[in-house]
Amino acid sequence: MSSLSTNTNRPSRLARILNSNMAYSFRRNPVAMVSMGVFLLIAIASIFAPLIAPFDPYDPANIDIMNSEFPPVWVDGAEAEFVFGTDDQGRDLWSTILYGTRLSLIIGLCAVGLQAFLGITIGLLAGYIGGRLDSLLMRLADIQLSFSTLMVAIIFLAITQAMFGSETFNQYAVYFLIAVIGIAEWPQYARTVRATVLAEKKKEYVDSARVLGFGPIRIMVRHILPNSLSPIFVISTVQVANAIISEASLSFLGLGMPPSQPSLGSLISSGFDYIFSGSWWITTIPGVVLIVLVLVINLLGDWMRDVLNPKLYKG
Amino acid sequence: MSLLSVRDLTVKFAMRDDTVTALNQISFDLAKGERLGIVGESGAGKSITGFSLMNLISKPGFIDNGQILFDGEDVAQMSDKALRDMRGNRMAMIFQDPMVTLNPVLTIGQQMVETLRAHRKLSKAEAAQIAIVKLREVYIPSPEERMDQYPHELSGGMRQRIIIAMALLLDPQLIIADEPTTALDVTIQADIMELLLELCQSNKVGLILITHDLGVVSQMTERTLVMYAGRIIEAGKTREIINDPQHPYTQGLINALPQQTLPGQKLKQIPGTMPSLTAIPRGCPFSPRCQYAVENCRNTLPEVVQYAGIEVACHEVKRLHNDRLEQSA
Repeated sequence: MSSLSTNTNRPSRLARILNSNMAYSFRRNPVAMVSMGVFLLIAIASIFAPLIAPFDPYDPANIDIMNSEFPPVWVDGAEAEFVFGTDDQGRDLWSTILYGTRLSLIIGLCAVGLQAFLGITIGLLAGYIGGRLDSLLMRLADIQLSFSTLMVAIIFLAITQAMFGSETFNQYAVYFLIAVIGIAEWPQYARTVRATVLAEKKKEYVDSARVLGFGPIRIMVRHILPNSLSPIFVISTVQVANAIISEASLSFLGLGMPPSQPSLGSLISSGFDYIFSGSWWITTIPGVVLIVLVLVINLLGDWMRDVLNPKLYKG
Repeated sequence: MSLLSVRDLTVKFAMRDDTVTALNQISFDLAKGERLGIVGESGAGKSITGFSLMNLISKPGFIDNGQILFDGEDVAQMSDKALRDMRGNRMAMIFQDPMVTLNPVLTIGQQMVETLRAHRKLSKAEAAQIAIVKLREVYIPSPEERMDQYPHELSGGMRQRIIIAMALLLDPQLIIADEPTTALDVTIQADIMELLLELCQSNKVGLILITHDLGVVSQMTERTLVMYAGRIIEAGKTREIINDPQHPYTQGLINALPQQTLPGQKLKQIPGTMPSLTAIPRGCPFSPRCQYAVENCRNTLPEVVQYAGIEVACHEVKRLHNDRLEQSA
C-alpha cells in the first residue's frame, strides 16, 4: 500500500469557519451583513444596558414625575439630559428602551429555547419511534395549533393574573410569559423535526449506527439530531421574532410586563394613551426599535434559509 | 463447534392483506474464521439474510421461525440489550455504499471513539489510540490527521477502509459484508477485497460476503451459498460450485459471466427475471426460467439433496450431470 504524504497543516477551526460556504455567502450578502450588524448592535446595547443607560428606570429614586413628557432633544422644549425625551412617569426613554429591549430579547430567546426543547424532544420521539406514538403526538400538535398562540396566552395569563393577584403576577411576569409563549408554539418545532427525522432515519448511517450496537436514544440525539439542525436553525430565527412580537402584543394588552418593569410592548402600550395629546415619542420610538429588531431577525432568517437549503447550491 | 448455525430461518413481511415470505427455511453453518459467500440476483434475499443474522429486520418484516445460533446463543430470541451488546461488538456489518454509511456531521475520530466507548469502558484518549492503530491496520495514511476529518473530506475507497476499520474496532468474531465494493470503482474494489481477506485471515474473523459477483466469491470465500427467491438452492465448497455447478441456475449465473463469451457474441444471460416474492411459482421457483425443467419441476418443490459433494435443490440433478458428462465425453 502506498503511504501518501498529506499536507500536515490543517487549517484551524476558526479559519475553517471563515472559509465555509456560510461565511462566504454572508460576506456576499449586504442585507445579511447589515441585519447582523444592527442585530448585534441592539443585542450588545441591551446586554450592557446597566452600563450604557444614563438612568436606572427601575429605581424610583431616579424618577421624578416633574420630568414627565419631555420631548426628544431635536424637538423644541427638550431637556438635554433626556436624549429621546421622557415618558409619562418622567423616566428617561432611552434608558427605558435599553432595559425594555433587554427584557424583550430575554423573553424571546428563553421562550424559543423552551419551544425548541419541547418541540425537538417530541418531534424526535414521534419521528423515530413512529406508529401510535407518532399519531398521538401529532394529533396533540394539531390540537395545539388550532388554538391561536395569542388566544391561549391571553386565557392563561388572565387566569394566572386573577389567581395570583397582580402583585405576585407582576413579580413573576417574565417566567409566565416565557412559559406561555414557549408552550403555545412547540408544534412548529415538533412538526419540522419529525419531518426531517423521517427523512434522516431511512439513511444508511442510521442503519450502520444500529449495526454498531447503539441504543435508540443515542441514535436519536447524537446521530439524527445533528443531521436535522439546518431546518431547526431556520425556524428558530423566525420563532424568536414571533416570540418577541407575541410578548409585545401581550404586554400591549396589559397581560405581560407591568409598567414598572416595561418591555418594549408595555412601553408602547403605556405611551399609547398620550399619542393624541402630542407626546408621540413615548409610543413611536420603542415601536421603531421593536420593528427594526423583528425585521433584522427575519431578514437574517431569510438569508439563513437560503444558505442552508442544499437545493440552492449543491445542484 | 460452529460459530454460527442457522436453522430453518424464515423471514416474512406483513403486507396489507397477507404476508410475504422473503426467506424460506434457510439453514447453513459457519465455522470459526470461515469465509462464506452468499450469491444471487437482486431480490433473492441475500441482504435480508445478512440483516436477520443481526436481528435487524425492520418493520413490517419479522423473523417468523427458525434459529440463529451465534456462539451458542439464539439471536432471534435475544433481548434488546443483549442484541445491542452483540452488534458491533461480536458481529459487525459493512454496507454497500461508503458515501452514505458514515455519519456526515461527525468526524472519523468521533465516530470511532463513540463506537469503542459504547461497548468498552475506555477513556477518550485510550479509545483514540485504539482507533489510530486500527486505521493503520487498514493502511490509512497519516491516521492521526484522519481522525479530525469529516467523511466528505475523504475518497470512497478511503471511507470504505475506515468502515472496515470500524467493523474491526472491537475485534468481532464475524463480519457480514453486504456488497462492500459495489459502489467503488474497479481498481479500488480489488484493493478493498484484498484488504478484507488479509484482515479476516490474520485476525481469524469469520466473514459472510454477500455479493452478486462470482469472481469475488471465488477469490474470497471457502464456501458458497446460492440463493434464489428466498431459498438456498445450492451450497458447497466454493471451488466445486464454481468449477462444476449442479443447479441449472448456478450454471446460468456462471455462463452469464462476460469471460464465458467470445468478443462480438451476445452474453448468455438467463432468460426472464426472478419472480416477485408475492407470486412465487408452484414447484421449483426456478422452473419457469429453466431450460431443463420437466413436468415434475413445475409441480413439486425439490428437496435439498447431497450430490457430488454439493447440497443442491434440484429434481433433475442426476440426469443433468450425466448429460453433461456424456457431452464432454
